[in-house]
Amino acid sequence: MAKAVETQNLERVKSVRRVPQEEYYVPGHRTCQGCGPALCYKLVSKATGPDSIFLGPTGCMYVANTSYLCSPFAYPWMHTQITNAGAVASGVEAAYQVLIRKGKYKGKLPNIVVMGGDGGSIDIGLQAMSGMMYRGHDALFIMYDNESYANTGIQTSPMSPYGANTTFTPPGKAIPEGKVLFPKDAPQMVIGGHPAVKYVATASLAYPVDLINKVRKGLNVVGPTFIHIHCPCPKGWLFDADKTIEVAKLAIETGMWVNYEWEEGEYTYQHTPKEYTPVKEYMKTQERFSHLTDEHIAKMQAFIDAKLKAPGKPVPLPVTSPRESV
Amino acid sequence: MSKKKYCEKFSVPEHLTVPLGACIPAPVKEQRAMITGNWRTERPVIDHEKCNLCLNCFIFCPDSSWHLDEEEEKMVWNADFCKGCLLCVAECDVDCLDAENELNFKGGVVRLDKPY
Ligand SMILES: Cc1ncc(C[n+]2csc(CCOP(=O)(O)OP(=O)(O)O)c2C)c(N)n1
Ligand code: SF4
Ligand code: SF4
Ligand code: SF4
Ligand SMILES: [Mg+2]
Repeated sequence: MAKAVETQNLERVKSVRRVPQEEYYVPGHRTCQGCGPALCYKLVSKATGPDSIFLGPTGCMYVANTSYLCSPFAYPWMHTQITNAGAVASGVEAAYQVLIRKGKYKGKLPNIVVMGGDGGSIDIGLQAMSGMMYRGHDALFIMYDNESYANTGIQTSPMSPYGANTTFTPPGKAIPEGKVLFPKDAPQMVIGGHPAVKYVATASLAYPVDLINKVRKGLNVVGPTFIHIHCPCPKGWLFDADKTIEVAKLAIETGMWVNYEWEEGEYTYQHTPKEYTPVKEYMKTQERFSHLTDEHIAKMQAFIDAKLKAPGKPVPLPVTSPRESV
Repeated sequence: MSKKKYCEKFSVPEHLTVPLGACIPAPVKEQRAMITGNWRTERPVIDHEKCNLCLNCFIFCPDSSWHLDEEEEKMVWNADFCKGCLLCVAECDVDCLDAENELNFKGGVVRLDKPY
């Protein structure tokens, strides 16, 4: 007889005190000092607990974590190609569904979590991620966003902000601002095009309890879910290793990052400042923006101002394509 | 399972199998094969008297090097893995963490028993 598939029901944590002291992403990994994505991994692992299977597409969180045949993951973890994490997660989930239905696996459906970089999620890994969302697999796709292809030496990605100095967008005489394009809106792409998705959220390292609860909520939902996490990267954004949280907080205070949840069409916002700080204050903290002139910063501010009219929703933005004459 | 047994069990022709990359054991509490304490040039030093157990150091350390000893009610630091990023010093609620140069300590920087 086919058995009903029992899924996870993770409790909400009320405060830092209630966050488990146990580590499932244990110390002993080669990520840079103060690495935002590493902190993200630690917090996500605390949220999921050990009854989980993690998939790690190529990127810093594969390479720097699993160097020299050792890994910091205390749960089953598998490397996937940078392009196919969504497909591998789909396969793992489908296999467990069958094993449980046939009574060959007795436990609950494990938490199946992808920890994809921005490249592995919304650029080179987009097709497989979209397939997982479309087919409705019961898995959580987390995009840890360090706003570049970091592992290969900080190349530009569709998430690198306008004006960022990356290895592929160096500022010079011809293109003084470095990166010319504005970023993709990852959550909007998931929300807009995937009817099976019921829960999408954004989270920040500056608010770890909120982050943990969003991960748990995403896992409790039956079906595919997506969380976009802002992860400052000291090496790529060029700031001191002790400033990771300061940078994450400033992103929220300036509107560079907005924390929100989207549940079946409804948006709720968290940590909205009473008054936004000028985005210049955020950009000042990072060397990758140090070449920008006031004119460039004004362009960034105009973009943020427009976005803040309806965060997470499609709004007209003051962005011109490089093919249009400016 | 050997490749031959695998092929028999799942009736996969041997020439169609892909070699498994690598299977490695999961760590339990720490990954002792990747000691990172020797990266430090400075270390966080705690003043237990001033500490109010806000747990910011615990929650924000990317290298999980601060934990609460629930019985003793005090924070415990992990010298073998702390990379010395000083994020905990920056985020401490009451400024009870101070950065001190590694060379000021008798043991100095943690060294690997066997260098790579
Ligand atoms: C198909 C393919 N193209 C290129 C690479 C090289 N590569 C390895 S990691 C990486 C960067 C990944 O960027 P992201 O997904 O954002 O993760 P991050 O390194 O930033 O954490 C690239 C381009 C690869 N492994 N596979
Ligand atoms: S380059 Fe950035 S994301 Fe990669 S390990 Fe270093 S700090 Fe972390
Ligand atoms: S200095 Fe960095 S690595 Fe060391 S305990 Fe503090 S936050 Fe953790
Ligand atoms: S951050 Fe400071 S006050 Fe808070 S628990 Fe750590 S040492 Fe104590
Ligand atoms: Mg990246």
